Amino acid sequence: MTLKLGVPSKGRLMEQCFDWFAARGVRLRRTGSDREYAGAVDGAPGVELVLLSAGEIPRELAAGRIHLGVTGSDLVRDKLADWQAQVADLAPMGFGHADLIIAVPACWADVDTLEDLDAVAHAFRRAHGHRLRIATKYHRLVREFLTREGVADYQLVDSQGATEGTVKNLTAEAIADITSSGETLRANHLKILSDGLIHQSQATLFAARAADWSGDGQAILRAFCDRLGLGAPEL
Amino acid sequence: MASKSDARATGARLLDAFRAEGAVEVDPDILQPAEALLDLYGEDIRARAYVTADPLRGEMMLRPDFTVPVVQAHMANGAEPARYCYLGEVFRKQDHRGPARTAEYFQAGYEVFDRAAPEQADAEVFALFARLLAPLNLRATIGDIGLLTAAVAGLDTLSTRKAALMRHIWRPQRFHKLMERYAGLTPVPATRAALLAGQAERDAPWIGLRSAQELQARLDRLREDAAARPIATQDVARLDALFALRCPADQAVEALRALDIPALTPAIARLQARLSALAARGIDLGAVGFDASHGRTTMEYYDGFVFTFSAAAPDLPPVASGGRYDALTRVLGQGKSIPAVGGVIRPGLVADLGGLDA
Repeated sequence: MTLKLGVPSKGRLMEQCFDWFAARGVRLRRTGSDREYAGAVDGAPGVELVLLSAGEIPRELAAGRIHLGVTGSDLVRDKLADWQAQVADLAPMGFGHADLIIAVPACWADVDTLEDLDAVAHAFRRAHGHRLRIATKYHRLVREFLTREGVADYQLVDSQGATEGTVKNLTAEAIADITSSGETLRANHLKILSDGLIHQSQATLFAARAADWSGDGQAILRAFCDRLGLGAPEL
Repeated sequence: MASKSDARATGARLLDAFRAEGAVEVDPDILQPAEALLDLYGEDIRARAYVTADPLRGEMMLRPDFTVPVVQAHMANGAEPARYCYLGEVFRKQDHRGPARTAEYFQAGYEVFDRAAPEQADAEVFALFARLLAPLNLRATIGDIGLLTAAVAGLDTLSTRKAALMRHIWRPQRFHKLMERYAGLTPVPATRAALLAGQAERDAPWIGLRSAQELQARLDRLREDAAARPIATQDVARLDALFALRCPADQAVEALRALDIPALTPAIARLQARLSALAARGIDLGAVGFDASHGRTTMEYYDGFVFTFSAAAPDLPPVASGGRYDALTRVLGQGKSIPAVGGVIRPGLVADLGGLDA
């Protein structure tokens, strides 16, 4: 049998991913034309390359359609319920860093902490008749964080892009989104809550618990992990 | 695990027992408007309830419990006093796999809306459940959220602080952080100190729906708060001792008095009346656990008496739970309210544990 390794199919994330494996003696490469999503693996017998959108890799891992996959730790935690029961975390890869944070209008001089946000949410609901809206695409991570921190009187509104613009457009009062430099937040007159860091994400190699590891699957995995200098996971 | 038909059959017997007490059966819709539930429970309910869309009625939820629709129906057209019962499935998303973590299961419930004697009604529901569940040898635990709210209301501090603490009774972590802030036990964040000293940067352009007047109103509240005396550390310690109190129910009154919190006196008298009513109905109070924090994290609309009946296996959910929810009737009653108490039994778990008496 062969193990399927899913990696992001384009852009900087794909290049950094190829570099990470190359530095450990495993050469991933695209084959065919520039536009064809086909790939090959040199230096790791029994492992096959599958090029996928980074956002779909958590779902493919959960379904066990790929054995191994590289994607952001934020996406796995947000898209998969009970993620540790579905995938094993093999290695953080040291690139694709991004922080999932909560940001509010910079003009809210009275808000710097979650305690402030909670108090303002309560007053806002009374004044406006609806709960304070937080725009995000990371529903599970944000909700679990705010529940754990005991913040009430908010609602999550879905925003799949240009989230930083929602406050100015009056479709949300605050946002929860990923940021690396904070540049876009500042340009949109937003500031990060000092205790509003929800998750520090980076590209991570995961193994799927639901994949077919029968036959020589486990042996191939052990050899692959050895090659990469990693301990083989319990699956 | 019990089959659906076993659970339904056990539920039907519970329903018969509830009817024999004079309860009228009600049968709320499975699809409930999401808005009322979201307003009540906040965003957390989305993690627990199935949300779906109706082309005409908008966002709907598969009913996560019966209490809200039963209260709504009673407040809309119920006569007083009233006793209701129901049997049906509820639907809860499960984020973790585990025993008895089923996403749909039956609840058989019994609810009493009665102004006359709240402690008698509390005892009626508990004693009825205790009698029906007696063959299963469950562990019963009771508590009283009314003790916690009375202790907060009795604090010698600003009413705005008390209101903020009251709002977070059901979120212990935030409650304790606020308590420490108001008692001066945690340092004031540097940003707040700068704000109060008038040194905060105020050059950002104004964006968003929240107005500058709203910011000014909060600044006024923060200034008032900063000028107020901290809550005395001995009061914080007394409250902590109250929250941590666990003992057999027959020792609860004495243990609560020993806390020396004068504001508790009326609430302790109500607890005493309830315990007497329970004893009069044959409940052995030495075998019932009292836990002052019971219901604080799991039962957010209960505001008085709370109870659960649990099996010995620690990872099983409670077989039965319930309590008093006077405030919920006020929220859903559009100006009206009525004291109400009730509870649910999970007939599927009852069947798993050996079933009711023949």
